[in-house]
Amino acid sequence: MNAIKFLFAAYIATWVIHGAYLGSLVRRFGRLRQQMKEASGFPRSASGFPPEN
Amino acid sequence: MKRIFPILSIFTVILLAYALYEALVVAPTDAQQGDVYRIIYYHVPSAWTAFLLFFINFIASIQYLANLKLSTKTAVKWIVIAIGVGGVIACFLPQVQRLLPTGMRPSAVATTVLLIPIFYFLIGRFFPGERLDMLALTSAEVGVVFCTIVLVTGPIWARPVWGIWWAPGDIRLTSTLVLWLIYVSYLVLRRFSSSAQTQMLAAALAVFGALDVPLVYFSIWFFRTQHPQPVIGGGGSMDPRMLHVLLISWMAFLCFAFLVCWSRFRLEVLQREIEEGHAMESLGSHAPAKASLPLSRSS
Repeated sequence: MNAIKFLFAAYIATWVIHGAYLGSLVRRFGRLRQQMKEASGFPRSASGFPPEN
Repeated sequence: MKRIFPILSIFTVILLAYALYEALVVAPTDAQQGDVYRIIYYHVPSAWTAFLLFFINFIASIQYLANLKLSTKTAVKWIVIAIGVGGVIACFLPQVQRLLPTGMRPSAVATTVLLIPIFYFLIGRFFPGERLDMLALTSAEVGVVFCTIVLVTGPIWARPVWGIWWAPGDIRLTSTLVLWLIYVSYLVLRRFSSSAQTQMLAAALAVFGALDVPLVYFSIWFFRTQHPQPVIGGGGSMDPRMLHVLLISWMAFLCFAFLVCWSRFRLEVLQREIEEGHAMESLGSHAPAKASLPLSRSS
C-alpha cells in the first residue's frame, strides 16, 4: 500500500497548523510591543509640554 | 518564572523529537493498516488535548458565571462537590454499572467525574476574577487549534484506510465538526463583539458548547459508526508497545499545549493592561495609566 505519503501529509499538516498559530502569536506579541512603545511616549508628545518633575 | 519558560521549552522540544522518533521508528507496524496507522500518534493525542482544553474552558466559564453573584457562587460550589462525591459513589453501584456501555471501566468514569471538582477548585484558586475569563479564552483558542488538527489528520488517515475522506452522517465525525464550529463561533464572538456583556455571553455559549464533548467521546459506544473503538477507557485493544508510544506522544503534546497556553495567557494579560491604560488615558488621568502599563514590569 502506497500510504506512506498520507502519513507524512498528516504529520506535516499538524506542524503547519501549529506553526501558523505560533506565527500569529508572535505577530500579536509584536503588535502589542509596538502599542506599548507608543503608549509610553504618548503623554509627552501629545501634550507638547515637557514632563513634570 | 522567567527561567522556567525556556527550560520547559527545551524540554518540550526534546520530548516532541523523542515522541516523533518513537512514533516513526520504535512503534511496531500495524498488521492491517501498515505504516499509515502511525497517524494515530498525532491524531489521538491532539484529540485528547483538545478535549482537556475544552474541559478547562468549561470549568473556567462556569466559575466566571457563578462568580457574578455571591449566592450563585456558593450554590455552584456545593453542586460541584455533590457531583464529584455523588458521581464517584454512583460509578461503583451495580445498578449504574449496568447502564455503562460494554468495555467502559467504572474506575475511568469515576476518575473523570472526580476531575470536575478538582479542576473547579484548582482553577478558582489560581485564576481569580478576570483571569478566569482569560483562561477560558486561552483554552478555547488553543483547543480549537488542536481540534483543527484532529479534523485535518482524521480524513488524511481515513482516505487510505476507509477509501473515503469523510463519512457523511457518521456521528463521531459530525459531532467533532460541530464541536469545532461551536468553539470557532465562541472565538468569533469574543473577537468581534464589543458589548459589555460579551464575556458573559461567551461563557454561557462555552458551557453549552462543552456538552458536545461527552457526545463526541461516547458516540462510538452509543451509535453505529465507522470510527474505531477508543484505545483507552475500554472497548479497544492495542499492543502495549503502541500504547506506550501513544502516551509518550500525548505527554509531548500536553507540554506543548501548556507552553502555548502560557504564551497566549500572557498575551491576553498584556493586552488587557494596555487597554486599561488607554481607557485611563482617555479619562485624563495619565499617572495611573502609566503605572498600569506592563513596561515597568520585570517580565
